[in-house]
Amino acid sequence: MITVDIKKGLKAYNGLQILQIKKKFSAGSITRITGPSGAGKTTFLKMVAGLITPDSGIIKTNNTAWFDASQQINLSPQQRHIGFVFQDYALFPNMTVKQHLEYATDDIQWISRLLKIGGLGDFTDHKPNHLSGGQQQRLAILRALAIKPKLLLMDEPFSALDLKMKSALIKDLQGLFAELGATALIVSHNPQELDGISGDELEIG
Amino acid sequence: MDLSPIWLTLKLAAITTLILLLIGLPLAWWLSKKRSLIKTIIEAIITMPLVLPPSVLGFYLLLAFSPQHGLGHWLQQTFNVQFVFSFQGLVLASVIYSMPFMISPVKSAFQQLPVSLSQASYTLGKTQWQTFRYVLLPNIKPSLLTAAVLTFAHTLGEFGVVLMIGGNIPGVTRVASIAVYDSVEQMNYTAANNYSLILFAITFVMVLSVFIYNKYQAKSPLE
Repeated sequence: MITVDIKKGLKAYNGLQILQIKKKFSAGSITRITGPSGAGKTTFLKMVAGLITPDSGIIKTNNTAWFDASQQINLSPQQRHIGFVFQDYALFPNMTVKQHLEYATDDIQWISRLLKIGGLGDFTDHKPNHLSGGQQQRLAILRALAIKPKLLLMDEPFSALDLKMKSALIKDLQGLFAELGATALIVSHNPQELDGISGDELEIG
Repeated sequence: MDLSPIWLTLKLAAITTLILLLIGLPLAWWLSKKRSLIKTIIEAIITMPLVLPPSVLGFYLLLAFSPQHGLGHWLQQTFNVQFVFSFQGLVLASVIYSMPFMISPVKSAFQQLPVSLSQASYTLGKTQWQTFRYVLLPNIKPSLLTAAVLTFAHTLGEFGVVLMIGGNIPGVTRVASIAVYDSVEQMNYTAANNYSLILFAITFVMVLSVFIYNKYQAKSPLE
């Protein structure tokens, strides 16, 4: 169970906008996060990951506080052990596909399995600028999964994938999430994208 | 022809570049992160040698490190180190004088890297040092090379600062640019021409190499 009750002032073109989120995410659930552009979806994910600090509130997983403003607790992203798929993929230009995964984990068997799921087995020596947009996006997802996270935060993770690849990948991911016992929060603009797999929805803005 | 000024110049440029790589990299990284007033002031101080007449910088360094005055006196009494009219004085002056040539391009390169690269590395459990070593540094390599070559070439061409703090002691502080000036003063145009030609050739080859290298590299590591 992940409990979030946070507030953050966001600078917007029309002045300060308050982002306030109060929600509980049950373990192993998949939640779709929706909302208009600029509402703070990415900021919310980054606050959960510890990459941005909320102004106030708490973020708690089971009985461990990741963030508690009143007690000045704020665990670093490294301590939170969260898989994060960035909207701009944030791939490392100097690393090949294989090196990306090796940077995240030493588990060779897990790496082979991820490469198979992502359909990147033939591109292990390719650097990101020699991958298509869809392949880059899949690599970003695989890299996040490489650390076997219990919580996965995904920011528009399927936007560059074609329908066939998307549905195959989502099916595989669903199995992986179940296997890892991972909770997933997925920002998605496409209402149909997560039909059938996401049990919950959070609307921001 | 006495080649010692050329060797001394190359030695000075190599040591200066090495020192600036060591202190410039972390400093540029620190400056590239979130801005603050103190960082702005430090950056302005680092950039000053770009606009300040070299003789002014040399004059203040001469005053500061003169063994008759405060800091210079203390350094000599405590560590037996003298920066005025010595090779180490040239190194110190060169490091200060060439610092903006190292810091500025490296800082810009760090700033051009998307912040999400570091963030992605942190979420994979990597420390700031691991992120710097394995993610940030490899992705600014072309800029780092340009900065190192510019620093080296700029140090080769120093005149005012080194003359002020080092003087013209053969084999100790008489670098090539001073040897050119000295030869002209003595009406020895042949020697002046030889030194000039060697400096010209070295700097041209270096700058050309950087241009060729960068032509075959993507302008930005993310392109």
